[in-house]
Amino acid sequence: MAGKTLYDKLWHSHVVEERADGTALIYIDRHLIHEVTSPQAFEGIRLTGRKIWRPAAGIATPDHNVPTQPKERAAGSDGIQDPLSKLQVETLDRNCQDYGITEFNMSDRRQGIVHIIGPEQGITQPGMTIVCGDSHTSTHGAFAALAQGIGTSEVEHVLTTQCLIQKKARNMLVNVDGELPRGVTAKDIILYIIGQIGTSGGTGCTIEFGGSTVRKLSMEGRMTICNMAIEAGARSGLVAVDDTTIDYLRDRPYVPQGQLWSQAEQYWRTMYSDNDAAFDKVVSIQAASIAPQVTWGTSPEMVAAVDGQIPCMDMMANEQQRESLRLALDYMGLAEGQPIGEIHLDRVFIGSCTNGRIEDLRRAAAVVKGKKIASTLKQALVVPGSGLVREQAEREGLNTIFTDAGFEWREPGCSMCLAMNADKLGEKEHCASTSNRNFEGRQGYGGRTHLVSPEMAAAAAITGHFVDIRDWS
Amino acid sequence: MEPFIRHTGIVAPFDRTNVDTDLIIPKQFLKSVQRSGFGVNLFDQLRYLDEGQPGMDVATRRLNPDFVLNQPRYQNATILLTRANFGCGSSREHAPWALLDFGFKVILAPSFADIFFNNCFKNGILPITLPDQEIDRLFTEVAGNEGFTMEVDLEGEQLTTSMGKTLTFSVEPYRKHCLLQGLDDIGLTLQRAEHIRAYEERRRRECPWLFQDLNSA
Repeated sequence: MAGKTLYDKLWHSHVVEERADGTALIYIDRHLIHEVTSPQAFEGIRLTGRKIWRPAAGIATPDHNVPTQPKERAAGSDGIQDPLSKLQVETLDRNCQDYGITEFNMSDRRQGIVHIIGPEQGITQPGMTIVCGDSHTSTHGAFAALAQGIGTSEVEHVLTTQCLIQKKARNMLVNVDGELPRGVTAKDIILYIIGQIGTSGGTGCTIEFGGSTVRKLSMEGRMTICNMAIEAGARSGLVAVDDTTIDYLRDRPYVPQGQLWSQAEQYWRTMYSDNDAAFDKVVSIQAASIAPQVTWGTSPEMVAAVDGQIPCMDMMANEQQRESLRLALDYMGLAEGQPIGEIHLDRVFIGSCTNGRIEDLRRAAAVVKGKKIASTLKQALVVPGSGLVREQAEREGLNTIFTDAGFEWREPGCSMCLAMNADKLGEKEHCASTSNRNFEGRQGYGGRTHLVSPEMAAAAAITGHFVDIRDWS
Repeated sequence: MEPFIRHTGIVAPFDRTNVDTDLIIPKQFLKSVQRSGFGVNLFDQLRYLDEGQPGMDVATRRLNPDFVLNQPRYQNATILLTRANFGCGSSREHAPWALLDFGFKVILAPSFADIFFNNCFKNGILPITLPDQEIDRLFTEVAGNEGFTMEVDLEGEQLTTSMGKTLTFSVEPYRKHCLLQGLDDIGLTLQRAEHIRAYEERRRRECPWLFQDLNSA
């Protein structure tokens, strides 16, 4: 009998019951909740008079709507100026109070982007099923947890039953092997993968990321990769457990203690794909062939090496691809064949659930240290992923490095990744962003996003255009 | 949820691949705490020539005359014909809410993003996957025939165009059952409550740390 993949193990250990129609009832261990995709679910529960199945399995925090200006943050949710955002944040507070769900509210120093605080607190653990009404829930797969984004109807379903009805996805393996070139990061790996397989390359699959390059990555790097599995179409990304995983988890506030830790660790260490496990799809990538990546279009698959060019019409295989290229170039105000290095920037954003962790800030700060941002920039923002990331960065003096260079140092939240708060691009403004989506209007109406690593964003902030971080000194 | 059994309506062609949910309903409209009212802001950035904000009176906004849904012949469309990977990106269920609120009941595409696909069924929208060649042919037929309609029969998994052509499609049995009956799947799952409790008891014995109370740390 063939061995099991990591996904097979996670799936089978969570099946409550299988049904004749091919679906299964899957048990959910952890439910992360934020303010944007939960109010309608709680409202549904109120209307039907149903109960929350297991309030203690949930954890909530406001992140999408929260202002990041220290001044606006000082008064907690009372200080939010946008009345709609305020209502949404207060609705979350009230729902958590009414239903007995733990919340790190705006005044809590542990508040932050939901996908940053889960791992940071040790709430995310290997072998778990984790859901959130947010597509970047795939982030938690870095811990060998089956983590997936769900819609609001499913948020209500999980709140009231602690289960989801699902069909098993297919198994896909992406192996990255070899030594990464200097300056090339986890972000470049995942952008490169998306460029290779496309934004629907992982549709219907759970992608496990393996290979010697992935094994050498820190947990922060693995989270960056799994975070963007959804940008390759996969609801979940996974990385197997190893010492790096266990070392990261040790001493986190919510991990099991004493004898329970030993028992849990033993179990966690079984969370890998067996050698003889069969995958439906396998993709192999050599780390040496990955250059720092920059997206130039309006889909994450529209990506090129920093020393490359925007593709030309005659390289497109069919009319649909030509039309996509035309639309993207028109929106981005760029030309076919244009070198990436010629793209000039108006703003720089360092943060998000993709790259808002302490390691990301350290790496960006190392590039920026002792330098000044380009005078042509309108704004350069650093938004830590959580209150604790912010505190840690301040202990290390990173905030001063950033502010000395001309960056703004903000309070934690999703911020300019999706621009639901006041942090946004103006029309036609180009932004080097460490976030995850370059969709039209994502960072602001008419805004033009270029997805890059924290190092690349930092270097671009200094020069005002994209430069090859491999040549940075 | 209203049952979906059979539907006949005008088909609108939206010829674009990788349509993401940010494009379907932009983030500023996600600040609502309700499920309804998103239809006027469906495809807001494409539909209007100005930047939309919550609470704006859309009657005062300038429509983009080039956008397909603004063309008179597609005004009352209820079936959306589109391209591959429709609904990619954010998990926001506001996307199907906006489509439904606008009037769309059926979406035809060569492929859909997983979360969006799932969200449609929870709201009584039927997303139908058809081969590329069929989608291509439908685009041509819709463009060439004003008033092109389609009858979608979920029970028979069949659609018939106003040109008299019949196509078959398939829907997973569980999803089909729920749509046909208009079922609330929470109610169905709660009928299995004993099984869920039995799973929890077994799992708690095997992996007790999984049941740590997050309220207590």
